[in-house]
Amino acid sequence: MNTVAHQIPSDILAAYAAGQLPHPYALVVAAHVSMCDAARAEVEGYQMLGGTMMEAEGPVDVSATMRDAIFAQLDAPAPVEPEYKAQGPIPAPIMAALKGKAPKWRGVGLGAKQALVHKSDAGTVRLLHIPAGQAMPDHGHAGLEMTMVLQGAFYDGEDRFGVGDVEIADEEIDHTPIAAGGEPCICLAATDAPLRFNSRLPRLLQPILGI
Amino acid sequence: TQELSDQTIWMLAVRDARDRAAFGRLFDHFAPRLKAMIMRSGMAADQAEDVVQDVMLTVWRKAGMFDPARAQVSAWIYQIARNRQIDVIRRETRPVPEELSQETSCEPAADQALALEQEAAQLRAALAELPEAQRTMVEQAYLGDLTHGEIRVNTGLPLGTIKSRIRLALEKLRHDLKELRAQ
Ligand SMILES: [Zn+2]
Ligand SMILES: [Zn+2]
Repeated sequence: MNTVAHQIPSDILAAYAAGQLPHPYALVVAAHVSMCDAARAEVEGYQMLGGTMMEAEGPVDVSATMRDAIFAQLDAPAPVEPEYKAQGPIPAPIMAALKGKAPKWRGVGLGAKQALVHKSDAGTVRLLHIPAGQAMPDHGHAGLEMTMVLQGAFYDGEDRFGVGDVEIADEEIDHTPIAAGGEPCICLAATDAPLRFNSRLPRLLQPILGI
Repeated sequence: TQELSDQTIWMLAVRDARDRAAFGRLFDHFAPRLKAMIMRSGMAADQAEDVVQDVMLTVWRKAGMFDPARAQVSAWIYQIARNRQIDVIRRETRPVPEELSQETSCEPAADQALALEQEAAQLRAALAELPEAQRTMVEQAYLGDLTHGEIRVNTGLPLGTIKSRIRLALEKLRHDLKELRAQ
């Protein structure tokens, strides 16, 4: 696989709809679908497929006590769930992952900043804030990286990625995305394995930054 | 003969009139199927019933969000169930997109709901014609296990397995689905 995608590929959207996508990528997909009607329609198509398959399942007996228990709870007040809205360029599902708090930006050198959104065995999601015209650290990937633009734009070689566009990179890609001119570029980046940086300084910083 | 399915009618009665009898019918139709789906992930019957209970209570409580112009009842409940399963199995909250605000469309919502109903019938027909092996793959992907262990261990590349596992089946389905949506 060696894809540069501005849209999220169908298999990833389908995996998301089926609940099969690892959490870090699911965050990016949820953020993208919040901003992209085409992806929303496609995901809804796969959900329809899932619903149709579920409805075709051979029914299994359920206990009458469970049915009664549900009816007994219909009048009980529903637990209040916090609702998160997009804040500036940061989409609602990312605000939810941050529990509504502003991102904790940390300088990573040369005016670039990053903020951790999620970290688990499944991978890492972070926000990147890169000054206009500046390169992100040159790096390769041990796993799969999904990067979505939330503000501004970046170039990777010939390709320009604007707001809502997603770049997908894996082991085979060694790249140096460069923020476009104008406003700073804010990106959402998900990886399932630590990035391998090619220059010495970022490699030394890697354990500290947790990326 | 275009009309809304029983499930849609029951769901609208729950949404608009808080109709308990209609909710009972929804329960009797969906709970046994949800339980079957949830038990595929290796969950014991008791725990599966707990999940079904949470899902059906959510259906009752969030009925106001149901929009028959955007989703079939089965698709809407399927999403709720997958979310809940992930919460329980992976102990993490599944990321969900921001809800659309009730949009105004030039097409009346009732027509859209009927069109969706027709799409669903065509989708069921397309699924019925799928070769057995492909159908099994789609079933595995959409109804099966939700632990990421399996996905990651096989290839080391999380998406690799998903891709090979459902690509063939999806290509055909995607083609059918696109045609449906284009009509
Ligand atoms: Zn899109
Ligand atoms: Zn990269």
